[in-house]
Amino acid sequence: MDLQEFIINFAYQFEDADSSEIKAETEFKELDEWGSLTTLGVIAMVKTEYEKTVTGAEIRSCTTVEDLFHLLEKK
Amino acid sequence: MENPISLSRKTILITGASSGIGKCIAIMTSKMEAKVIITARREEMLKETLVEMHDNENSYVVADLSMQEDIDTLVDQLPKLDGIVHCAGVGSRQLCKFVTREELDRVIGANFIAPVMLQTAILAKKKINKGGSIVFIASHGAAVPTVANSIYSASKAAIISYANCLALEVAQREIRVNCISPGMVWTDLIVRDGLDEETLKENEKTYPLGRYGKPEDIAPLVVYLLSDVSQWMTTTNIKISGGN
Repeated sequence: MDLQEFIINFAYQFEDADSSEIKAETEFKELDEWGSLTTLGVIAMVKTEYEKTVTGAEIRSCTTVEDLFHLLEKK
Repeated sequence: MENPISLSRKTILITGASSGIGKCIAIMTSKMEAKVIITARREEMLKETLVEMHDNENSYVVADLSMQEDIDTLVDQLPKLDGIVHCAGVGSRQLCKFVTREELDRVIGANFIAPVMLQTAILAKKKINKGGSIVFIASHGAAVPTVANSIYSASKAAIISYANCLALEVAQREIRVNCISPGMVWTDLIVRDGLDEETLKENEKTYPLGRYGKPEDIAPLVVYLLSDVSQWMTTTNIKISGGN
């Protein structure tokens, strides 16, 4: 997995947020648009792009985008 | 007084009887003295269901209802039926922007095309008796939109519309067609397809009766619809959802 590519895929799940604002150290749960819809979007993206399964609870346990990237790397 | 909802002397076909709501319906209808034929794809699981059923000369037929050949073979083997419960189905959780043609084919295929084609074969081969009862297990999701439930909801809404038209076509023979629309019921179907258990348990608390359903909550309603006490009911879609 490539971190920069993951950040692009992650940011793509947001409709209105400025994707250039989303970086490795972004605390994504603080973003205005973060919520159940974006969580479901990330779950689906992880499945289609990386063929990995992640739960809502696992995503919520992460603080930054990079935390989530490392969690997925271990799967 | 004889039990008014007894199913004695009735022969019932139940699809999707290897697990979840279908399995529970199979067990309960057999205990209400029906002779039951169960069907599903997985033979081992059908055998397990059969062991738990009250023994009234019940039997099983392995069939993949997505295959027309399996439908035809199944229907050829059937005796004349007094009741059919269309319970086989699959779940799906997908945001609209992630819907794929494969997923659409899978869900519409299992939840709509398969029961329709099975019903077609049963009618064409005259396998249902006058006064029979046909029950479709639909979903409360057909009427109430929720996020990521679009294809599943649509598949269940489709079967409800189909059932209402079917009811008109068979009413002359006093055959009744009804749907049951359960809210969320704890089965593999809801756990397997997308939402994690923690999210489901959180959502469960929003149900007025404080919990999701169990298969045992749904099966007695099926028994009621199969029995003669409901002989003036047709084209009904009954919501059973803990008040949700």
